[in-house]
Amino acid sequence: MKILVCISKAPDTTAKIAFTDGNTKFDEAGVQFIVNPYDEWYALVRGLELKEANGGTVTVLNVGGADSDPIIRKALAIGADDAVRIDAETTDALYVAKQIANYAKENGFDMVLSGKETIDYNGSQIGGMVAELMDVPYVSLASKLEMNGNTAIIEREIEGGVEVIEVNGPFVLSAAKGMAEARIPNMRGIMAARSKPLTVVAASDESSATVIKGFTLPPEKSGCKYVDTAEELVALLHNEAKAI
Amino acid sequence: MSVLIYADSNNGALTKNAFEAANYGAQLAQATGTDAIAVVAGTASGLEELGKYGVSKVMHVSDASLDNFDPQKIAHVVAQATSVTGADTIVFAHDYTGKSVAPRLSAKLDAGLVSGAIALPNGNVVKKAVFSGKAFAEIEITTAIKIISVLPNSVDKLEIEGSATVEAFSVDLPSTGITVKEIKKESTELSLTEADIVVSAGRGLKGPENWGMVEELAKELGAATACSRPVADIGWRPHHEHVGQTGLAIRPNLYIAAGISGAIQHLAGVNGSKVIVVINTDAEAPFFKAADYGIVGYAFEILPQMLEAIKKLKA
Ligand SMILES: Cc1cc2nc3c(=O)[nH]c(=O)nc-3n(C[C@H](O)[C@H](O)[C@H](O)COP(=O)(O)OP(=O)(O)OC[C@H]3O[C@@H](n4cnc5c(N)ncnc54)[C@H](O)[C@@H]3O)c2cc1C
Ligand SMILES: Nc1ncnc2c1ncn2[C@@H]1O[C@H](COP(=O)(O)O)[C@@H](O)[C@H]1O
Repeated sequence: MKILVCISKAPDTTAKIAFTDGNTKFDEAGVQFIVNPYDEWYALVRGLELKEANGGTVTVLNVGGADSDPIIRKALAIGADDAVRIDAETTDALYVAKQIANYAKENGFDMVLSGKETIDYNGSQIGGMVAELMDVPYVSLASKLEMNGNTAIIEREIEGGVEVIEVNGPFVLSAAKGMAEARIPNMRGIMAARSKPLTVVAASDESSATVIKGFTLPPEKSGCKYVDTAEELVALLHNEAKAI
Repeated sequence: MSVLIYADSNNGALTKNAFEAANYGAQLAQATGTDAIAVVAGTASGLEELGKYGVSKVMHVSDASLDNFDPQKIAHVVAQATSVTGADTIVFAHDYTGKSVAPRLSAKLDAGLVSGAIALPNGNVVKKAVFSGKAFAEIEITTAIKIISVLPNSVDKLEIEGSATVEAFSVDLPSTGITVKEIKKESTELSLTEADIVVSAGRGLKGPENWGMVEELAKELGAATACSRPVADIGWRPHHEHVGQTGLAIRPNLYIAAGISGAIQHLAGVNGSKVIVVINTDAEAPFFKAADYGIVGYAFEILPQMLEAIKKLKA
Protein backbone atom coordinates (compact mmCIF):
# COMPACT_ATOMS: atom_id res chain seq x y z
CA MET A 1 0.00 0.00 0.00
CA LYS A 2 1.39 3.40 -1.00
CA ILE A 3 0.26 6.10 1.37
CA LEU A 4 0.84 9.83 0.96
CA VAL A 5 0.40 12.04 4.02
CA CYS A 6 0.16 15.81 3.52
CA ILE A 7 1.68 17.74 6.38
CA SER A 8 1.68 21.45 6.94
CA LYS A 9 3.70 23.67 9.21
CA ALA A 10 1.67 25.45 11.88
CA PRO A 11 2.46 27.77 14.77
CA ASP A 12 2.46 26.10 18.17
CA THR A 13 -1.01 26.26 19.74
CA THR A 14 0.19 28.68 22.41
CA ALA A 15 2.01 31.02 19.99
CA LYS A 16 1.43 34.74 20.28
CA ILE A 17 -0.53 35.92 17.27
CA ALA A 18 0.84 39.19 15.86
CA PHE A 19 1.38 40.66 12.40
CA THR A 20 4.02 42.66 10.54
CA ASP A 21 4.37 44.51 7.22
CA GLY A 22 1.35 46.71 7.82
CA ASN A 23 -0.67 43.79 9.19
CA THR A 24 -0.30 41.73 6.04
CA LYS A 25 2.08 39.02 7.32
CA PHE A 26 2.06 36.71 10.32
CA ASP A 27 4.87 37.69 12.66
CA GLU A 28 7.01 34.56 12.96
CA ALA A 29 9.52 36.09 15.38
CA GLY A 30 9.91 33.82 18.38
CA VAL A 31 7.18 31.46 17.17
CA GLN A 32 7.75 27.75 17.57
CA PHE A 33 6.48 25.76 14.58
CA ILE A 34 4.97 22.30 14.79
CA VAL A 35 3.46 19.75 12.44
CA ASN A 36 -0.21 20.73 12.17
CA PRO A 37 -1.79 18.57 14.94
CA TYR A 38 -4.43 16.86 12.77
CA ASP A 39 -1.80 15.92 10.19
CA GLU A 40 0.59 14.52 12.77
CA TRP A 41 -1.64 12.93 15.40
CA TYR A 42 -4.26 11.47 13.13
CA ALA A 43 -3.34 11.31 9.42
CA LEU A 44 0.31 10.35 9.84
CA VAL A 45 -0.11 7.93 12.73
CA ARG A 46 -3.05 6.14 11.10
CA GLY A 47 -1.03 5.89 7.88
CA LEU A 48 1.84 4.31 9.83
CA GLU A 49 -0.50 1.86 11.57
CA LEU A 50 -1.96 0.75 8.24
CA LYS A 51 1.51 0.27 6.82
CA GLU A 52 2.58 -1.72 9.86
CA ALA A 53 -0.46 -3.99 9.49
CA ASN A 54 -0.53 -4.38 5.71
CA GLY A 55 2.94 -3.49 4.43
CA GLY A 56 3.73 -0.62 2.09
CA THR A 57 5.22 2.83 2.43
CA VAL A 58 4.31 6.15 4.00
CA THR A 59 5.59 9.26 2.26
CA VAL A 60 5.07 12.68 3.81
CA LEU A 61 4.60 15.63 1.52
CA ASN A 62 4.87 19.30 2.32
CA VAL A 63 4.51 22.29 0.07
CA GLY A 64 6.74 24.98 1.51
CA GLY A 65 10.17 26.50 1.84
CA ALA A 66 13.30 25.20 3.58
CA ASP A 67 11.81 26.48 6.86
CA SER A 68 9.50 23.41 6.71
CA ASP A 69 12.42 20.97 6.97
CA PRO A 70 12.37 20.69 10.79
CA ILE A 71 8.71 19.65 10.85
CA ILE A 72 9.33 17.24 7.98
CA ARG A 73 12.16 15.65 9.99
CA LYS A 74 9.76 15.32 12.91
CA ALA A 75 7.35 13.35 10.71
CA LEU A 76 10.23 11.13 9.60
CA ALA A 77 11.20 10.60 13.25
CA ILE A 78 7.67 9.49 14.03
CA GLY A 79 8.07 6.83 11.35
CA ALA A 80 7.42 8.01 7.78
CA ASP A 81 9.69 6.26 5.26
CA ASP A 82 10.57 9.23 3.14
CA ALA A 83 9.61 12.83 2.53
CA VAL A 84 9.07 15.18 -0.35
CA ARG A 85 9.01 18.94 -0.17
CA ILE A 86 7.65 20.86 -3.09
CA ASP A 87 9.63 24.05 -2.94
CA ALA A 88 7.13 26.88 -3.05
CA GLU A 89 5.74 29.79 -1.16
CA THR A 90 2.28 28.75 0.01
CA THR A 91 0.17 31.66 -1.05
CA ASP A 92 -3.23 30.09 -1.48
CA ALA A 93 -5.07 26.79 -0.88
CA LEU A 94 -5.89 26.09 -4.53
CA TYR A 95 -2.25 26.66 -5.47
CA VAL A 96 -1.04 24.25 -2.78
CA ALA A 97 -3.72 21.69 -3.71
CA LYS A 98 -2.61 21.78 -7.36
CA GLN A 99 0.99 21.11 -6.32
CA ILE A 100 -0.10 18.17 -4.16
CA ALA A 101 -2.44 16.73 -6.81
CA ASN A 102 0.17 17.01 -9.55
CA TYR A 103 2.66 15.12 -7.42
CA ALA A 104 0.16 12.48 -6.28
CA LYS A 105 -1.08 11.82 -9.82
CA GLU A 106 2.44 11.44 -11.18
CA ASN A 107 3.53 9.07 -8.45
CA GLY A 108 0.37 7.02 -7.93
CA PHE A 109 -0.83 6.51 -4.35
CA ASP A 110 -3.49 4.24 -2.90
CA MET A 111 -4.57 6.95 -0.53
CA VAL A 112 -3.78 10.57 0.24
CA LEU A 113 -4.30 11.52 3.89
CA SER A 114 -4.55 15.08 5.15
CA GLY A 115 -5.63 16.77 8.34
CA LYS A 116 -9.13 18.19 8.70
CA GLU A 117 -7.80 21.74 8.74
CA THR A 118 -4.71 23.75 9.47
CA ILE A 119 -4.81 25.53 12.81
CA ASP A 120 -3.51 28.80 11.34
CA TYR A 121 -5.73 29.59 8.35
CA ASN A 122 -8.47 27.13 9.31
CA GLY A 123 -9.30 26.43 5.69
CA SER A 124 -10.58 22.84 5.56
CA GLN A 125 -10.02 23.20 1.85
CA ILE A 126 -6.99 21.38 0.58
CA GLY A 127 -8.16 17.76 0.89
CA GLY A 128 -11.34 18.36 -1.09
CA MET A 129 -9.49 20.31 -3.76
CA VAL A 130 -6.86 17.60 -4.16
CA ALA A 131 -9.60 14.95 -4.48
CA GLU A 132 -11.38 16.90 -7.21
CA LEU A 133 -8.15 17.55 -9.09
CA MET A 134 -7.35 13.81 -8.92
CA ASP A 135 -10.98 12.93 -9.74
CA VAL A 136 -11.25 10.52 -6.81
CA PRO A 137 -13.63 10.37 -3.80
CA TYR A 138 -13.05 12.72 -0.88
CA VAL A 139 -13.87 11.56 2.60
CA SER A 140 -13.81 14.54 4.90
CA LEU A 141 -13.69 14.57 8.69
CA ALA A 142 -12.99 10.88 9.01
CA SER A 143 -12.75 9.48 12.52
CA LYS A 144 -11.99 5.84 11.64
CA LEU A 145 -10.20 4.15 8.76
CA GLU A 146 -9.82 0.39 8.30
CA MET A 147 -8.69 -1.59 5.26
CA ASN A 148 -10.33 -4.81 4.16
CA GLY A 149 -8.23 -5.94 1.23
CA ASN A 150 -8.52 -3.11 -1.27
CA THR A 151 -11.65 -1.69 0.28
CA ALA A 152 -11.41 1.12 2.80
CA ILE A 153 -14.05 1.19 5.53
CA ILE A 154 -14.34 4.68 6.90
CA GLU A 155 -16.41 6.49 9.49
CA ARG A 156 -16.96 10.15 8.90
CA GLU A 157 -18.83 12.94 10.55
CA ILE A 158 -21.85 14.28 8.69
CA GLU A 159 -24.58 16.72 9.67
CA GLY A 160 -26.28 15.22 12.71
CA GLY A 161 -24.34 11.99 13.02
CA VAL A 162 -21.75 9.57 11.79
CA GLU A 163 -21.75 7.64 8.53
CA VAL A 164 -19.96 4.39 7.70
CA ILE A 165 -18.87 4.16 4.09
CA GLU A 166 -16.84 1.91 1.86
CA VAL A 167 -14.50 3.26 -0.75
CA ASN A 168 -12.86 1.29 -3.52
CA GLY A 169 -9.83 2.57 -5.33
CA PRO A 170 -7.72 5.59 -4.47
CA PHE A 171 -9.23 8.33 -2.34
CA VAL A 172 -8.36 11.44 -0.38
CA LEU A 173 -9.25 11.64 3.29
CA SER A 174 -9.15 14.39 5.89
CA ALA A 175 -8.49 13.12 9.37
CA ALA A 176 -10.28 14.26 12.53
CA LYS A 177 -10.10 13.17 16.13
CA GLY A 178 -10.54 9.47 16.79
CA MET A 179 -8.43 8.17 13.89
CA ALA A 180 -5.39 7.32 16.00
CA GLU A 181 -3.47 8.18 19.14
CA ALA A 182 -0.59 10.62 18.88
CA ARG A 183 2.90 9.07 18.93
CA ILE A 184 5.96 10.60 20.49
CA PRO A 185 9.13 10.01 18.47
CA ASN A 186 11.81 8.04 20.33
CA MET A 187 15.59 8.49 20.16
CA ARG A 188 15.97 5.78 17.54
CA GLY A 189 13.37 7.41 15.35
CA ILE A 190 15.04 10.78 15.69
CA MET A 191 18.44 9.32 14.74
CA ALA A 192 16.95 7.37 11.83
CA ALA A 193 15.16 10.47 10.55
CA ARG A 194 18.50 12.13 9.80
CA SER A 195 19.35 9.61 7.13
CA LYS A 196 15.89 9.15 5.61
CA PRO A 197 15.44 10.73 2.19
CA LEU A 198 13.95 14.22 2.01
CA THR A 199 13.61 15.06 -1.66
CA VAL A 200 13.07 18.65 -2.69
CA VAL A 201 11.25 19.08 -5.99
CA ALA A 202 10.45 22.22 -7.94
CA ALA A 203 6.92 23.58 -7.87
CA SER A 204 4.80 23.38 -11.01
CA ASP A 205 3.64 26.59 -12.57
CA GLU A 206 0.14 27.13 -11.20
CA SER A 207 -2.00 30.13 -10.44
CA SER A 208 -3.71 31.02 -7.19
CA ALA A 209 -7.27 32.22 -6.65
CA THR A 210 -7.13 34.27 -3.47
CA VAL A 211 -4.88 36.89 -1.88
CA ILE A 212 -4.69 37.86 1.79
CA LYS A 213 -5.15 41.63 2.00
CA GLY A 214 -4.57 42.00 5.72
CA PHE A 215 -5.12 40.81 9.24
CA THR A 216 -6.85 42.31 12.23
CA LEU A 217 -6.96 41.30 15.85
CA PRO A 218 -10.30 40.92 17.57
CA PRO A 219 -11.34 43.82 19.77
CA GLU A 220 -10.37 43.29 23.41
CA LYS A 221 -13.26 42.12 25.54
CA SER A 222 -14.45 45.12 27.50
CA GLY A 223 -13.74 43.14 30.63
CA CYS A 224 -15.55 40.60 32.70
CA LYS A 225 -18.47 41.76 34.82
CA TYR A 226 -18.19 39.87 38.10
CA VAL A 227 -21.38 39.06 39.94
CA ASP A 228 -21.94 37.41 43.30
CA THR A 229 -25.05 35.36 42.93
CA ALA A 230 -26.64 33.10 40.36
CA GLU A 231 -29.82 35.13 40.62
CA GLU A 232 -28.03 38.32 39.67
CA LEU A 233 -26.31 36.56 36.81
CA VAL A 234 -29.56 35.22 35.38
CA ALA A 235 -31.13 38.68 35.63
CA LEU A 236 -28.22 40.23 33.72
CA LEU A 237 -28.29 37.53 31.07
CA HIS A 238 -31.97 38.20 30.60
CA ASN A 239 -32.16 41.99 30.82
CA GLU A 240 -28.74 43.21 29.74
CA ALA A 241 -27.21 40.58 27.47
CA LYS A 242 -30.63 39.42 26.20
CA ALA A 243 -29.09 35.97 25.89
CA ILE A 244 -31.83 34.05 27.73
CA MET B 1 -25.21 37.03 -12.93
CA SER B 2 -26.79 35.81 -9.77
CA VAL B 3 -25.91 34.38 -6.40
CA LEU B 4 -26.34 30.63 -6.11
CA ILE B 5 -26.81 29.06 -2.69
CA TYR B 6 -26.39 25.40 -1.92
CA ALA B 7 -29.10 24.72 0.69
CA ASP B 8 -28.39 21.50 2.54
CA SER B 9 -31.08 19.18 3.83
CA ASN B 10 -31.05 16.45 6.44
CA ASN B 11 -33.78 13.81 6.80
CA GLY B 12 -35.90 15.56 4.18
CA ALA B 13 -35.87 19.04 5.71
CA LEU B 14 -33.63 22.04 5.17
CA THR B 15 -31.11 22.62 7.95
CA LYS B 16 -30.76 25.76 10.06
CA ASN B 17 -27.43 26.34 8.35
CA ALA B 18 -29.14 26.14 4.95
CA PHE B 19 -31.40 29.05 5.88
CA GLU B 20 -28.44 31.04 7.14
CA ALA B 21 -26.51 30.44 3.94
CA ALA B 22 -29.59 31.34 1.90
CA ASN B 23 -30.04 34.55 3.81
CA TYR B 24 -26.37 35.48 3.44
CA GLY B 25 -26.65 34.87 -0.30
CA ALA B 26 -29.87 36.86 -0.52
CA GLN B 27 -28.39 39.83 1.34
CA LEU B 28 -25.45 39.72 -1.02
CA ALA B 29 -27.74 39.51 -4.05
CA GLN B 30 -29.79 42.44 -2.76
CA ALA B 31 -26.66 44.53 -2.24
CA THR B 32 -25.45 43.81 -5.77
CA GLY B 33 -28.85 44.02 -7.45
CA THR B 34 -29.09 40.41 -8.59
CA ASP B 35 -31.17 37.33 -7.80
CA ALA B 36 -30.61 34.74 -5.12
CA ILE B 37 -31.20 31.22 -6.40
CA ALA B 38 -30.94 28.12 -4.23
CA VAL B 39 -30.12 24.59 -5.28
CA VAL B 40 -31.27 21.62 -3.21
CA ALA B 41 -30.15 18.02 -3.70
CA GLY B 42 -32.13 14.95 -2.68
CA THR B 43 -35.55 14.32 -1.18
CA ALA B 44 -36.65 17.43 0.73
CA SER B 45 -39.82 19.39 1.36
CA GLY B 46 -40.68 22.86 2.62
CA LEU B 47 -38.35 24.45 0.07
CA GLU B 48 -40.62 27.45 -0.54
CA GLU B 49 -39.67 28.54 3.02
CA LEU B 50 -36.41 29.79 1.50
CA GLY B 51 -38.46 32.64 0.02
CA LYS B 52 -38.82 34.18 3.47
CA TYR B 53 -35.09 34.61 3.58
CA GLY B 54 -34.86 36.28 0.20
CA VAL B 55 -34.42 33.42 -2.25
CA SER B 56 -36.45 33.91 -5.43
CA LYS B 57 -36.04 30.52 -7.05
CA VAL B 58 -35.19 27.04 -5.81
CA MET B 59 -33.78 24.45 -8.19
CA HIS B 60 -34.55 21.05 -6.77
CA VAL B 61 -32.73 17.92 -7.89
CA SER B 62 -35.00 15.43 -6.15
CA ASP B 63 -33.06 12.33 -7.24
CA ALA B 64 -33.22 9.99 -4.22
CA SER B 65 -29.70 8.73 -4.90
CA LEU B 66 -28.58 12.09 -3.47
CA ASP B 67 -30.10 11.26 -0.08
CA ASN B 68 -26.90 9.51 0.89
CA PHE B 69 -24.34 12.23 1.27
CA ASP B 70 -21.75 12.12 -1.51
CA PRO B 71 -19.76 15.32 -1.95
CA GLN B 72 -18.64 14.33 -5.45
CA LYS B 73 -22.25 14.18 -6.63
CA ILE B 74 -23.29 17.35 -4.85
CA ALA B 75 -20.32 19.26 -6.29
CA HIS B 76 -21.46 18.05 -9.71
CA VAL B 77 -25.04 19.24 -9.08
CA VAL B 78 -23.86 22.67 -7.92
CA ALA B 79 -21.50 22.98 -10.88
CA GLN B 80 -24.39 22.24 -13.24
CA ALA B 81 -26.60 24.78 -11.48
CA THR B 82 -23.79 27.32 -11.73
CA SER B 83 -23.51 26.91 -15.45
CA VAL B 84 -27.29 26.98 -16.01
CA THR B 85 -27.80 30.14 -13.91
CA GLY B 86 -24.55 31.83 -14.88
CA ALA B 87 -24.01 32.54 -11.20
CA ASP B 88 -20.77 34.31 -10.31
CA THR B 89 -20.98 33.76 -6.56
CA ILE B 90 -21.77 30.49 -4.83
CA VAL B 91 -22.59 30.30 -1.14
CA PHE B 92 -22.35 27.31 1.21
CA ALA B 93 -22.63 26.93 4.96
CA HIS B 94 -19.26 26.14 6.52
CA ASP B 95 -20.60 22.97 8.15
CA TYR B 96 -19.77 19.30 7.58
CA THR B 97 -21.42 19.37 4.19
CA GLY B 98 -19.90 22.66 3.09
CA LYS B 99 -16.42 21.56 4.19
CA SER B 100 -16.71 18.54 1.92
CA VAL B 101 -18.34 20.07 -1.11
CA ALA B 102 -17.11 23.67 -1.40
CA PRO B 103 -13.41 22.78 -1.87
CA ARG B 104 -14.29 20.21 -4.54
CA LEU B 105 -16.34 22.79 -6.37
CA SER B 106 -13.54 25.32 -6.04
CA ALA B 107 -11.12 22.97 -7.80
CA LYS B 108 -13.75 21.93 -10.36
CA LEU B 109 -14.53 25.51 -11.40
CA ASP B 110 -11.06 26.88 -10.68
CA ALA B 111 -12.87 29.40 -8.49
CA GLY B 112 -11.40 30.99 -5.38
CA LEU B 113 -12.93 29.91 -2.07
CA VAL B 114 -13.03 31.67 1.27
CA SER B 115 -14.21 29.25 3.92
CA GLY B 116 -15.78 30.29 7.21
CA ALA B 117 -16.79 33.84 6.24
CA ILE B 118 -18.09 35.89 9.17
CA ALA B 119 -19.44 38.90 7.30
CA LEU B 120 -20.82 39.89 3.93
CA PRO B 121 -18.08 40.53 1.38
CA ASN B 122 -16.77 43.98 0.72
CA GLY B 123 -16.43 43.87 -3.05
CA ASN B 124 -14.40 40.73 -3.60
CA VAL B 125 -12.87 40.81 -0.14
CA VAL B 126 -14.23 38.41 2.46
CA LYS B 127 -13.52 38.43 6.19
CA LYS B 128 -12.94 35.22 8.09
CA ALA B 129 -11.55 34.16 11.45
CA VAL B 130 -8.04 32.66 11.38
CA PHE B 131 -5.63 31.30 14.00
CA SER B 132 -8.58 29.60 15.67
CA GLY B 133 -10.41 32.83 16.30
CA LYS B 134 -7.37 34.71 17.59
CA ALA B 135 -7.36 36.98 14.50
CA PHE B 136 -9.29 37.84 11.35
CA ALA B 137 -8.11 37.88 7.77
CA GLU B 138 -9.46 39.85 4.83
CA ILE B 139 -9.09 37.69 1.76
CA GLU B 140 -9.65 38.80 -1.80
CA ILE B 141 -10.98 36.30 -4.31
CA THR B 142 -9.35 37.03 -7.65
CA THR B 143 -11.22 34.61 -9.93
CA ALA B 144 -14.34 35.36 -11.98
CA ILE B 145 -16.44 32.87 -10.01
CA LYS B 146 -16.29 33.21 -6.24
CA ILE B 147 -17.20 30.67 -3.60
CA ILE B 148 -17.91 31.64 -0.01
CA SER B 149 -18.79 29.33 2.86
CA VAL B 150 -20.42 31.05 5.81
CA LEU B 151 -19.57 30.21 9.39
CA PRO B 152 -22.78 29.18 11.19
CA ASN B 153 -24.18 31.67 13.72
CA SER B 154 -22.00 34.50 12.51
CA VAL B 155 -24.15 36.67 10.27
CA ASP B 156 -27.49 38.10 11.39
CA LYS B 157 -30.50 36.79 9.54
CA LEU B 158 -32.78 39.36 7.96
CA GLU B 159 -36.27 38.37 6.95
CA ILE B 160 -36.70 39.51 3.40
CA GLU B 161 -40.38 39.35 2.41
CA GLY B 162 -40.95 37.24 -0.63
CA SER B 163 -41.72 33.82 -1.91
CA ALA B 164 -39.69 31.33 -3.81
CA THR B 165 -40.76 29.29 -6.78
CA VAL B 166 -39.57 25.71 -6.68
CA GLU B 167 -38.53 24.17 -9.99
CA ALA B 168 -37.45 20.62 -10.72
CA PHE B 169 -33.89 20.47 -11.99
CA SER B 170 -32.47 17.30 -13.41
CA VAL B 171 -28.82 16.41 -13.54
CA ASP B 172 -27.05 13.28 -14.79
CA LEU B 173 -25.15 12.14 -11.76
CA PRO B 174 -21.66 10.68 -12.04
CA SER B 175 -20.95 7.32 -10.47
CA THR B 176 -18.47 7.53 -7.64
CA GLY B 177 -16.45 5.08 -5.56
CA ILE B 178 -18.36 5.69 -2.33
CA THR B 179 -20.93 3.25 -0.94
CA VAL B 180 -22.79 4.24 2.20
CA LYS B 181 -23.13 1.26 4.54
CA GLU B 182 -24.69 2.73 7.63
CA ILE B 183 -25.79 6.05 9.05
CA LYS B 184 -25.70 6.52 12.79
CA LYS B 185 -27.71 9.63 13.48
CA GLU B 186 -27.23 11.14 16.87
CA SER B 187 -30.38 10.97 18.96
CA THR B 188 -32.78 13.89 18.99
CA GLU B 189 -30.18 15.81 20.98
CA LEU B 190 -29.63 19.31 19.80
CA SER B 191 -26.60 19.50 17.58
CA LEU B 192 -23.80 21.32 19.33
CA THR B 193 -22.79 23.45 16.37
CA GLU B 194 -26.37 24.63 15.80
CA ALA B 195 -27.30 25.36 19.41
CA ASP B 196 -27.96 28.97 20.45
CA ILE B 197 -26.98 28.25 24.03
CA VAL B 198 -24.31 25.82 25.21
CA VAL B 199 -23.66 24.74 28.79
CA SER B 200 -20.17 23.34 29.14
CA ALA B 201 -18.13 21.92 31.99
CA GLY B 202 -14.58 20.80 32.67
CA ARG B 203 -12.39 18.96 35.09
CA GLY B 204 -13.60 21.24 37.88
CA LEU B 205 -16.75 19.12 38.05
CA LYS B 206 -14.66 16.34 39.58
CA GLY B 207 -16.48 13.35 38.10
CA PRO B 208 -19.10 12.17 35.58
CA GLU B 209 -21.65 11.65 38.37
CA ASN B 210 -21.87 15.43 38.72
CA TRP B 211 -23.06 16.14 35.19
CA GLY B 212 -26.73 15.91 36.15
CA MET B 213 -26.76 19.60 37.06
CA VAL B 214 -25.15 20.52 33.75
CA GLU B 215 -27.74 18.55 31.81
CA GLU B 216 -30.64 19.90 33.83
CA LEU B 217 -29.56 23.49 33.32
CA ALA B 218 -29.07 22.83 29.60
CA LYS B 219 -32.50 21.26 29.34
CA GLU B 220 -34.16 24.20 31.04
CA LEU B 221 -32.40 26.62 28.65
CA GLY B 222 -32.99 24.52 25.53
CA ALA B 223 -29.21 24.33 25.31
CA ALA B 224 -26.71 21.73 24.12
CA THR B 225 -24.00 20.40 26.44
CA ALA B 226 -20.25 20.50 25.79
CA CYS B 227 -17.05 19.77 27.67
CA SER B 228 -13.32 20.41 27.76
CA ARG B 229 -10.91 17.96 26.19
CA PRO B 230 -9.56 16.18 29.30
CA VAL B 231 -13.12 15.42 30.33
CA ALA B 232 -13.75 13.64 27.03
CA ASP B 233 -10.33 11.99 27.12
CA ILE B 234 -10.93 10.41 30.52
CA GLY B 235 -14.35 9.28 29.37
CA TRP B 236 -16.53 11.39 31.67
CA ARG B 237 -18.34 12.70 28.61
CA PRO B 238 -18.73 11.49 25.01
CA HIS B 239 -16.08 12.63 22.53
CA HIS B 240 -18.53 14.52 20.33
CA GLU B 241 -19.00 17.05 23.17
CA HIS B 242 -15.35 18.08 23.19
CA VAL B 243 -14.93 21.69 22.07
CA GLY B 244 -11.72 23.58 21.37
CA GLN B 245 -8.80 23.60 19.03
CA THR B 246 -8.83 19.84 18.52
CA GLY B 247 -12.57 19.37 19.02
CA LEU B 248 -15.54 21.29 17.67
CA ALA B 249 -15.49 25.02 17.11
CA ILE B 250 -18.78 26.57 18.14
CA ARG B 251 -20.20 30.10 18.24
CA PRO B 252 -23.42 30.08 20.20
CA ASN B 253 -25.15 33.20 21.45
CA LEU B 254 -24.42 32.17 25.00
CA TYR B 255 -21.62 29.89 26.27
CA ILE B 256 -21.70 28.96 29.95
CA ALA B 257 -18.45 27.38 31.16
CA ALA B 258 -18.28 25.81 34.62
CA GLY B 259 -15.07 24.37 36.06
CA ILE B 260 -13.05 25.02 32.91
CA SER B 261 -9.75 26.86 33.30
CA GLY B 262 -9.85 28.51 29.88
CA ALA B 263 -6.64 27.19 28.33
CA ILE B 264 -5.84 28.81 25.00
CA GLN B 265 -6.69 25.58 23.15
CA HIS B 266 -10.12 25.51 24.76
CA LEU B 267 -10.76 29.18 23.99
CA ALA B 268 -9.88 28.56 20.35
CA GLY B 269 -13.10 26.60 19.96
CA VAL B 270 -15.44 28.92 21.82
CA ASN B 271 -14.09 32.46 21.50
CA GLY B 272 -16.57 33.25 18.75
CA SER B 273 -19.46 32.94 21.22
CA LYS B 274 -21.40 36.19 21.61
CA VAL B 275 -21.74 36.09 25.41
CA ILE B 276 -19.44 34.04 27.64
CA VAL B 277 -20.22 33.21 31.26
CA VAL B 278 -17.51 31.69 33.45
CA ILE B 279 -17.99 29.93 36.77
CA ASN B 280 -14.74 29.01 38.46
CA THR B 281 -13.44 28.73 42.02
CA ASP B 282 -10.15 30.32 41.01
CA ALA B 283 -10.38 34.08 40.50
CA GLU B 284 -7.12 33.84 38.50
CA ALA B 285 -8.46 31.31 36.00
CA PRO B 286 -7.53 32.58 32.52
CA PHE B 287 -11.08 32.07 31.27
CA PHE B 288 -12.24 35.19 33.13
CA LYS B 289 -10.17 37.31 30.71
CA ALA B 290 -12.36 36.06 27.86
CA ALA B 291 -15.61 36.25 29.81
CA ASP B 292 -18.43 38.77 29.71
CA TYR B 293 -19.87 37.65 33.05
CA GLY B 294 -18.14 35.75 35.79
CA ILE B 295 -18.87 34.20 39.14
CA VAL B 296 -16.01 33.14 41.38
CA GLY B 297 -17.52 30.16 43.14
CA TYR B 298 -18.31 26.48 43.25
CA ALA B 299 -20.01 25.03 40.19
CA PHE B 300 -21.87 22.63 42.49
CA GLU B 301 -23.57 25.59 44.13
CA ILE B 302 -23.93 28.00 41.24
CA LEU B 303 -25.35 25.68 38.59
CA PRO B 304 -28.35 24.50 40.67
CA GLN B 305 -28.96 28.10 41.78
CA MET B 306 -28.96 29.22 38.15
CA LEU B 307 -31.48 26.52 37.36
CA GLU B 308 -33.77 27.78 40.10
CA ALA B 309 -33.38 31.41 39.04
CA ILE B 310 -34.21 30.54 35.44
CA LYS B 311 -37.28 28.58 36.46
CA LYS B 312 -38.40 31.59 38.49
CA LEU B 313 -37.76 33.93 35.60
CA LYS B 314 -39.85 31.79 33.30
CA ALA B 315 -42.69 31.45 35.80
C1 LIG C 1 -2.23 20.77 21.16
C2 LIG C 1 -3.26 20.84 22.24
C3 LIG C 1 -4.60 20.85 21.88
C4 LIG C 1 -5.60 20.94 22.86
N1 LIG C 1 -6.91 21.00 22.46
C5 LIG C 1 -7.88 21.20 23.40
C6 LIG C 1 -9.26 21.36 23.03
O1 LIG C 1 -9.62 21.24 21.86
N2 LIG C 1 -10.17 21.59 24.00
C7 LIG C 1 -9.85 21.69 25.32
O2 LIG C 1 -10.75 21.91 26.14
N3 LIG C 1 -8.55 21.51 25.70
C8 LIG C 1 -7.57 21.28 24.79
N4 LIG C 1 -6.27 21.11 25.19
C9 LIG C 1 -6.01 21.02 26.64
C10 LIG C 1 -5.92 22.37 27.31
O3 LIG C 1 -4.60 22.87 27.18
C11 LIG C 1 -6.28 22.25 28.81
O4 LIG C 1 -5.43 21.31 29.41
C12 LIG C 1 -7.72 21.84 29.07
O5 LIG C 1 -8.62 22.66 28.34
C13 LIG C 1 -8.04 21.95 30.54
O6 LIG C 1 -9.32 21.42 30.80
P1 LIG C 1 -10.16 21.90 32.05
O7 LIG C 1 -10.26 23.36 32.06
O8 LIG C 1 -11.42 21.10 32.08
O9 LIG C 1 -9.29 21.36 33.28
P2 LIG C 1 -8.30 22.12 34.27
O10 LIG C 1 -7.26 22.88 33.55
O11 LIG C 1 -7.89 21.10 35.25
O12 LIG C 1 -9.20 23.20 34.96
C14 LIG C 1 -10.22 22.95 35.86
C15 LIG C 1 -10.74 24.29 36.34
O13 LIG C 1 -11.84 24.08 37.20
C16 LIG C 1 -11.75 24.95 38.32
N5 LIG C 1 -12.48 24.30 39.40
C17 LIG C 1 -12.08 23.29 40.22
N6 LIG C 1 -13.08 22.94 41.03
C18 LIG C 1 -14.14 23.71 40.74
C19 LIG C 1 -15.47 23.82 41.24
N7 LIG C 1 -15.91 23.02 42.20
N8 LIG C 1 -16.27 24.73 40.69
C20 LIG C 1 -15.84 25.56 39.70
N9 LIG C 1 -14.60 25.51 39.19
C21 LIG C 1 -13.76 24.59 39.70
C22 LIG C 1 -10.27 25.13 38.55
O14 LIG C 1 -10.01 26.35 39.20
C23 LIG C 1 -9.72 25.11 37.12
O15 LIG C 1 -9.67 26.40 36.57
C24 LIG C 1 -5.26 20.99 24.24
C25 LIG C 1 -3.91 20.95 24.60
C26 LIG C 1 -2.92 20.88 23.62
C27 LIG C 1 -1.48 20.87 24.05
N1 LIG D 1 1.60 23.53 2.60
C1 LIG D 1 1.06 22.30 2.74
N2 LIG D 1 1.77 21.20 2.37
C2 LIG D 1 1.23 19.96 2.51
N3 LIG D 1 0.02 19.73 2.99
C3 LIG D 1 -0.74 20.79 3.38
C4 LIG D 1 -0.26 22.12 3.26
N4 LIG D 1 -1.21 22.95 3.73
C5 LIG D 1 -2.24 22.17 4.12
N5 LIG D 1 -1.96 20.85 3.90
C6 LIG D 1 -2.82 19.70 4.21
O1 LIG D 1 -4.19 20.05 4.00
C7 LIG D 1 -4.92 19.96 5.22
C8 LIG D 1 -6.01 21.00 5.27
O2 LIG D 1 -5.44 22.28 5.17
P1 LIG D 1 -6.33 23.60 4.99
O3 LIG D 1 -7.23 23.36 3.84
O4 LIG D 1 -5.34 24.68 4.73
O5 LIG D 1 -7.07 23.77 6.30
C9 LIG D 1 -3.87 20.05 6.31
O6 LIG D 1 -4.33 19.45 7.50
C10 LIG D 1 -2.70 19.31 5.67
O7 LIG D 1 -2.86 17.90 5.78
